[in-house]
Amino acid sequence: MSAEVPLSYYLILGALLFIIGAVGVLTRRHALVILMSIELMLNAVNITLVAFSRMQGNLTGQVFSLFIIAVAAAEAAVGLAIVIVLFNSRETLNIDEINLMKW
Amino acid sequence: MEQFFFFLFAAGAVISALLVISRRNVMHCALFLVLTFFFVAAIFVLLKAEFLAAVQVLVYAGAIMVLFTFVIFLVHIPRTEKIRQTFRQKNLALALGLLLGLEVAYILYGTMAAPASLPAAAPVGAVGNTESFGVALFTRFLFPFEVVSVLLLAAMIGAIVLAKKEIDR
Amino acid sequence: MNFVLPEIDLGAIAPQLWLTATAILVLMVQAFVPLVTSRSLALLSIIGSLLSLVATLGLWGQEAVLFSGMIALDTFSLFFNVVFLLGAILTVLISVEYLEREQIAHGEYFALVLFATVGMMIMAAGVDLIAIFIGLEILSLSLYVLAGFMRQVLRSNESAMKYFLLGAFATGFFLYGIALLYGATGSTNLDRIFLIAGERGGWGNVLVMGGMGLLLVGFGFKVASVPFHMWTPDVYEGAPTPISAFMSTAAKAGAFAAFVRVFLYSLPGLAASWAPLLAGMAVLSMVVGTLLALVQRRNIKRLLAYSSIVHVGYLLLGLLSGGTEGGASVLFYLLAYTFMQVGAFAVVVYLGGQGEDDLSLARFSGVAVRHPVAALAFSLFLLSLAGIPPTAGFVGKFYIFSAAIQAGHIGLAVVGVLTSVVSLYYYLGVIVFMYMRDPVDLPERRPSAALVTALALAVAGTVEMGLFPGSLLDLAQQSVASLLGS
Repeated sequence: MSAEVPLSYYLILGALLFIIGAVGVLTRRHALVILMSIELMLNAVNITLVAFSRMQGNLTGQVFSLFIIAVAAAEAAVGLAIVIVLFNSRETLNIDEINLMKW
Repeated sequence: MEQFFFFLFAAGAVISALLVISRRNVMHCALFLVLTFFFVAAIFVLLKAEFLAAVQVLVYAGAIMVLFTFVIFLVHIPRTEKIRQTFRQKNLALALGLLLGLEVAYILYGTMAAPASLPAAAPVGAVGNTESFGVALFTRFLFPFEVVSVLLLAAMIGAIVLAKKEIDR
Repeated sequence: MNFVLPEIDLGAIAPQLWLTATAILVLMVQAFVPLVTSRSLALLSIIGSLLSLVATLGLWGQEAVLFSGMIALDTFSLFFNVVFLLGAILTVLISVEYLEREQIAHGEYFALVLFATVGMMIMAAGVDLIAIFIGLEILSLSLYVLAGFMRQVLRSNESAMKYFLLGAFATGFFLYGIALLYGATGSTNLDRIFLIAGERGGWGNVLVMGGMGLLLVGFGFKVASVPFHMWTPDVYEGAPTPISAFMSTAAKAGAFAAFVRVFLYSLPGLAASWAPLLAGMAVLSMVVGTLLALVQRRNIKRLLAYSSIVHVGYLLLGLLSGGTEGGASVLFYLLAYTFMQVGAFAVVVYLGGQGEDDLSLARFSGVAVRHPVAALAFSLFLLSLAGIPPTAGFVGKFYIFSAAIQAGHIGLAVVGVLTSVVSLYYYLGVIVFMYMRDPVDLPERRPSAALVTALALAVAGTVEMGLFPGSLLDLAQQSVASLLGS
C-alpha cells in the first residue's frame, strides 16, 4: 500500500521543514517566533525519525519521536517562562534590542 | 491515492511553515503553526504511526499551542506586534539554507541509489501500532521513559520559579 | 503477548538516585518546613552529593550494561561522576553567600543544580543516543532556568534568553544528526552504530556523514567551541556567578563525556572524516578565544568566558588525539579545570559587590593589600589556567600536548603551546592589577565558611594535581581503557 510514496519523499519533506525552521530562527527577530521556528525544526526531525522507523522496520524511531515531543513541551514551558520574565523587565521581545552586554 | 494525500499534506505543511516564519503578526504565526502541526500529524498517519499522530495533536496542537497563545495574549501590546524585520543575519541564513538544501539533494541522490530491498511493509504494525508501541515503551525504553519524569519535574520547577509573580518566603 | 520487563538494577544507578532524591527532598523541605534557611538547604544538597559520591566510589571497578542497553556502568562514567559531583559541591558552596547577597536564596536553586548534575551523569553513562539526549536536556533545561535565576536583573534575563534560544537551536541540529544516524544504522545504540557505521558504504554512508556532521555542530554548541561560541561571553556574564562557574566546568564536562563516548567509542571508524573538522574547531577555539580574551578589560567574567573557549580548544585537541592517551588527557584536564575555574569564580564571588555592576579589572586594583589571601588564591588559579608549573593546569596541558604529539598532531600542539604563552599576558594582567596598583575602596567583608571551604578545596586540588598527578592520571587512563576496551 505504502509503496506508492517512496520514503525519500518523506525525508525531503522533513529536510524542507528543518530548513524553513532554521532560516526562521536566523532571520526573525521576535523571540516568540524564533521559539516557533525551533518547534518547526523539532517537527521536521520527528517526520524524519518516523520515516526511518518505517524503513528500518523497528519502533525505535517512533519512540524517540515521542520523547522529542515530551522534551519539546518541557522546552516550550521553560522558554515561555523566560519570555515572560524578559518581557516584564524589558517590555520588548525583539532580540535585536536585547543587547545590554557588549564588549 | 496515498500519493495524492501525501502531496496534499506535505504541501500544506510546507506552505503553513513558510507562513509561520514570514507573517508579521505573532498571532498569525501561532495559528499557522497549529496548522503545520495538524499536517504533520496527518503525515504520521500516512506513515502508519497512528499513536504518534494522536500524541502530536494532543500535545503539540493542544498543550503547547495553548501555552503559546496564552503568552502572546499576555505580552500583547501594540509595540511587540510590530517588530521591524532587520535581516541582519540574512547572509548567514542564506548560507545555511543553501548548505541544508545541498544536504537534501544529497539525501535524494542517496535514496535514488538505495537498495530496492527496503522492507516494504514493516512489521511495525504487526500487533497494532499502539499496543506494540506501549510494549516497547515499557520494556526496551523503560529507562528513558522513567528519566523523562525527572526532566518534566525540573522543567516544571524551573518554569514556576521564573514566571511566578513573587516568591514569598 | 510477550511482555518482559528489563532487569532493574537500582544499585547500579545509586549515584543518580541519591541526587534525584536529594533534589526532591530539598523542594519538599523548602515547601513544608517553615523558616528553613537557605544555608540548611545548601547543607542538605551537599550531604546528598556526598552520598552520591560514596555510591559512585562504591561502584568503582564494576562493569555492566543496564536497562536493555540504555546506560552503562563503567569506570569511564564513574570518573565523570566524580568530576560532576565535585563541580556541583563547589558550586553549592560558593552559591550560599552569593544567593543571600543578591536576595535570590530559594531552595529551587539547589534543586536545579542537583537535577542538572543528574542529567550530566545520565549523559556520561548513556550508551544509547536516546539516553544521552534526555540527559542533555535535563542538564540544559536546568541551566536555562539557573542562568535567569536573578529575575529582577535584566542582565540575567537576557543571559537566559540567549542561552535558551541558541541552546534549543543547537538541540535541533543534534536531534537531526541522531535521526540521520538512526536512518543509516537502524539503531540509536552506540554499539550497533559502531558496528554498522564503519562498514556501510554508499547510501548508508551519506546519512552517517550527515549525521556525524550535525552531531558535531550540536556538541560544538554545547561545549562552546568556535565557531559555535557566540553565546558564551554574554551568558557567562549575565548568569549568577556561581552558575557561570558551574556551566564552564561541570556542564562542559558533561558534554565532553558524551562527546568522547560518541566519537571515540562509537565513530572511530570515521576518524578520517571527523578529525579534520575537529582539528579546525580546536585551532579556531584556541586562536580566536585567545584574541578575544586579549582585548577584554571590561569584565572579569567575560575574560574567564573567553579563556574557557581557549580551554575548550585544548580539550578538543586531546579528544582529537584519541586513544587511551588522548582520552585520558581530556579526563584529567576536565578535573583539573574544575578546580581552577571554580576557584577563580569563587574569588570573583568574594570580591564582587552586590549586583556586581563593576567587575572590570580596575576593581581588582590593590586587592593584595586588603585581601591578601584572596589575591594569593586568585593568582594561583590564574597561573594554573595559564599553565605555569607546578599547578594542575600545567600538568593537564602537558598531557594533552604530549598526547597530541604522539598522535602526530605536531602543528596543533605548537598552536596550543603558543596560545598558552600568549594567554599568560592576560592572566598576568589581572595579577598585575592586584599586586601593583593602588588599592581601591572595597567594602570590608568576611567570607562565609562555605566560601572558605570551597576556596580551600580548590586550592588543594589545584596544587595536589600539580604536584602528584600520577595516581589520578592512572585512574583517567583506566577509565578510558575501560571505555575503549584496550
